[in-house]
Amino acid sequence: MLGALAALGRFAIFTGQTISHLARPPFYGGAFGQALIQIGYFSLPVVGLTAFFTGGALALQIYSGGARFSAEAVVPQIVAIGMVRELGPVLVGLMIAARVTSSIAAEIATMKVTEQIDALVTLSTHPMKYLTLPRVLAATLMMPLLVAVGDTIGIFGGYLVSTQRLGFNAASYMQNTIDFLEVLDITSSLAKGAVFGFIAAIVGCYYGMTSERGAMGVGRATKGAVVAASVLILAANFFLTEAFFST
Amino acid sequence: MITLSGIHKTFEGNPVLRGVDLTVGRGESMVIIGGSGSGKSVLIKCILGLLTPDIGEITIDGAAMTPKSQTGFLDRFGMLFQGGALFDSLPVWQNVAFRLLRGPQKAQAREIAVAKLAQVGLKADIADRYPSELSGGMQKRVGLARAIAADPEVIFFDEPTTGLDPIMAGVINDLIRNVVTELGVTAITITHDMTSVDTIADKVAMLHDGKIRWTGAKSAMETADDPYLTQFIAGTTDGPIKARW
Ligand SMILES: Nc1ncnc2c1ncn2[C@@H]1O[C@H](COP(=O)(O)OP(=O)(O)OP(=O)(O)O)[C@@H](O)[C@H]1O
Ligand SMILES: [Mg+2]
Repeated sequence: MLGALAALGRFAIFTGQTISHLARPPFYGGAFGQALIQIGYFSLPVVGLTAFFTGGALALQIYSGGARFSAEAVVPQIVAIGMVRELGPVLVGLMIAARVTSSIAAEIATMKVTEQIDALVTLSTHPMKYLTLPRVLAATLMMPLLVAVGDTIGIFGGYLVSTQRLGFNAASYMQNTIDFLEVLDITSSLAKGAVFGFIAAIVGCYYGMTSERGAMGVGRATKGAVVAASVLILAANFFLTEAFFST
Repeated sequence: MITLSGIHKTFEGNPVLRGVDLTVGRGESMVIIGGSGSGKSVLIKCILGLLTPDIGEITIDGAAMTPKSQTGFLDRFGMLFQGGALFDSLPVWQNVAFRLLRGPQKAQAREIAVAKLAQVGLKADIADRYPSELSGGMQKRVGLARAIAADPEVIFFDEPTTGLDPIMAGVINDLIRNVVTELGVTAITITHDMTSVDTIADKVAMLHDGKIRWTGAKSAMETADDPYLTQFIAGTTDGPIKARW
């Protein structure tokens, strides 16, 4: 228990230090650009596929569930709200935890174990500025975009299933979706994305930087990072949902 | 001038350094010898501020090495890590030019990197390769080129010739000697190789049991009557240093 509190404290300090480096030059633009591409662009396929299948499955479920009380017609509305408010950000967040958190943690832990972090220091380069900050910033900025893509493709997945398999009219399905969604649904989705992106990257960096020695250390850091990021994302999702929508 | 006084460092109950005192003068080439696992690498990591001693003080030109002063010192230092510690995400030339690319010499960085690679016996055509595509000895030499690339005032070499063939080891020994003699660099070199000691050293220090067992000029090493030192130089198994447990 005391150990867990101490670890939490160290993580909080790590987070604070990372943010404080934002205000202090130099800023490594090249590393930032690479992180943007790695985290944003290369995550698009997995985000798209996840959202597409989930949106489709959601439409089927709502249709068959809704049929129990003759409410099949609500499919477009529920798919839209379910994807945008919850499933889009959460699923994209979890996919990013699997894809980005793990690779950040493994890469930084390997650098630590092979003394590359020490080498950075001796070359007058702050590891937090060069490794942590660019990744955290890139993930925080890219995740809202990825979530927007995920939301859209998820709704499209539901649309495709509904119109092809469930007999919905294409034009009215779209109209229902657009009429039903509110601005808050969308802003909350993007805000969740930013928070989850921040969590995914900073947790990966933290576990990497605090990795123990050897190949086993790298493995443990990677596993710990993915688990911690996933749990933190789900917990943050609950509190953000509460903050946005309870009243 | 670099001075170490009373340096202690313990890892989880394993006392590695137990009161190291050592002075390295400006422009001097100090070679540290000692058995495998005696703490030589730990010692230079303490000087670089990568590890913090539990007790004791390290000063550089009279100023103490602290987390605050470390950045200023490191700007004037170069370091070759025992394992190379090359950045495997960057091509060879960017490894060598890492510091130059972030300083005023940015425009000539590649040119300088290629010249430094030539100094350690590596051809220009490896400049665009990645470290993982090189042999162990080549990686070591890239690390060496990186350590000397920005013309530092103080250079640390952790086993610069291990993994190299005798001819290449000779080239590296001469290179280290040259940067000291011609450029006035202060060098601290760890080695097990007595040929290296011969070529590189002005002074020698032997680390044993967490302390400096013997230190003096290279010329005094032959006539020294310390049984630990003579056994180490002779490389025999009989003597005060136990090789088997
Ligand atoms: N980060 C660390 N954590 C725990 N123990 C360490 C650490 N670094 C070094 N040690 C221990 O300190 C001791 C000295 O290690 P060091 O690497 O300095 O030896 P060395 O003299 O350089 O040996 P070699 O000649 O084989 O390179 C070893 O027992 C090693 O296990
Ligand atoms: Mg060593």
